[in-house]
Amino acid sequence: MHMKWEDKGIKTPLARARGLGASHDGTGRWITLRVTAVANIFLVAWFLWFVKASAGMSHSTFSAFLAEPVNALAMILFIVSVFWHACLGSREIVEDYIHHEGFKLFKLVGQTFFFFAGGAAGIFCVLKIALAGG
Amino acid sequence: MSQKSAERPLSPHLQVYRPQMTSVLSILHRITGAALAVGSLMLLWWLIAAASGEDAYNTFAWFCGTKLGVFMIFGWSVCLFYHLANGIRHLFWDMGFLFKIENAQAAGWAVLAFTVLMTAGSWMCFFSKG
Repeated sequence: MHMKWEDKGIKTPLARARGLGASHDGTGRWITLRVTAVANIFLVAWFLWFVKASAGMSHSTFSAFLAEPVNALAMILFIVSVFWHACLGSREIVEDYIHHEGFKLFKLVGQTFFFFAGGAAGIFCVLKIALAGG
Repeated sequence: MSQKSAERPLSPHLQVYRPQMTSVLSILHRITGAALAVGSLMLLWWLIAAASGEDAYNTFAWFCGTKLGVFMIFGWSVCLFYHLANGIRHLFWDMGFLFKIENAQAAGWAVLAFTVLMTAGSWMCFFSKG
């Protein structure tokens, strides 16, 4: 049974069978990159204020300052949004320049691990200071 | 994809195209993004140091005061303001604005002005009292 060309979108049958383009994925990431970008506008503004406010503080003062609920929460949101945005952005760079499929896969998975692990570490540290007294 | 046996010549691009507001700002957006991602390591160091105790925190604070530390933080701040401003320019494109070339270029100048002003302003504010 012959499938109508118009039903299948822009891809050739072979391209569709092979599975999408360089990223093997797409729309969700595009949207998430933009959503985290908008969130970052607000969170970076807070972060700049926080850096200025906490400059020169001693360790104990800084810990108490970060432990304040609004600051701790904002820092956690900042880490999530920035690291997620950076993860997606660095994916695009790899997808654009690296064409060796094995190396590309290695870099994409490795970078994802880095940003996830880094994000988890950052959030853990904030929680440790905010909930467990540092 | 395997290498073709005969490497065919590519048409020149970087050697012949004059750098323009659009192309230069675009690659700068990517470069600053990558630099910011690398700089996130220092953000992590800060938080891990703070959670590790007074000695680790003081070591980090000391590094921030060194010439290399200030240079790195300054570079990161320039990248941050540029990427933020050009990112907003990108979001306007996503909504369908600024496609006329004059508007895209004007917005580009606004991005550069924002970068310079915000970097200068934030550092002056940082070093001022109170």
